[in-house]
Amino acid sequence: MAVVRSPLGRARGMGSSKHGVGHFIAQRVTAIALVLLVVWALAASLQLAHGDYDSAATWLHSPVNAALASLLAFAAFWHMQLGMRTIIEDYFAKPGTKGLLLVVNVFISWLGGALTILAILKVALTSSGMNV
Amino acid sequence: MADAAPGLRPRPKSPSVEIDGGVWRWHLTMAASILHRATGFGLYIGALIFMLWALALASGADGYGAFTTLVGSIPGKVVLFGLTVCVFYHMANGVRHLFWDAGYGFKPQTATATAWLVIAIGIVGALGFWGLLFMAGAL
Repeated sequence: MAVVRSPLGRARGMGSSKHGVGHFIAQRVTAIALVLLVVWALAASLQLAHGDYDSAATWLHSPVNAALASLLAFAAFWHMQLGMRTIIEDYFAKPGTKGLLLVVNVFISWLGGALTILAILKVALTSSGMNV
Repeated sequence: MADAAPGLRPRPKSPSVEIDGGVWRWHLTMAASILHRATGFGLYIGALIFMLWALALASGADGYGAFTTLVGSIPGKVVLFGLTVCVFYHMANGVRHLFWDAGYGFKPQTATATAWLVIAIGIVGALGFWGLLFMAGAL
């Protein structure tokens, strides 16, 4: 295995920077979180599906619901950014196209996540009755 | 392609050029893998619909009403049902992946059986969930 390392790397005695598995681990950790959060969201959506605006807004006034909905958005948008990155890297070989799509993917994911969480917090932190 | 030299067996070819020769065949595990990527792509759009739900709710009663009218229409329900299949399938197959990560489920018979299982969970889970929605009076 020693031949795999560059002569300079061997001279400096430096190994891997330990960041190579970041994508893999983040994808798995967000996946485990999403199993729990999505099961919760499915149960919650049964309750919200036939509700009107007031019942949905009241539902988000619960700190537990607002926190879990925010965490769902955080984990989902992170996980989808990781997954789409793999798809882009698989199908687009041209560095320019690939790089552009990877940046667009990051922007969509972070913008989507930020908008979703701030919208949830706005509803959660607006005192009951103000929007009615 | 050049013929093999006299006296030598023909050299093996890549499976991709032996499709007619019967080396390549469709595997269920492959279909399950492709479905994982396809449903993940679908859920990318699903997450953006989740974002629209939150933005509509934050915009007030009128915006939320417009959103629920949109997703409550027939095309809206078709999209949401498709996304429900994606949720159940991608979640079940994601757990299958986690078992693989832990080193379990690699035997071909096991991998094929669990592929059938996650496909069934995707369909039955979505139908069951929409059955619950129907019973709750949401449809």
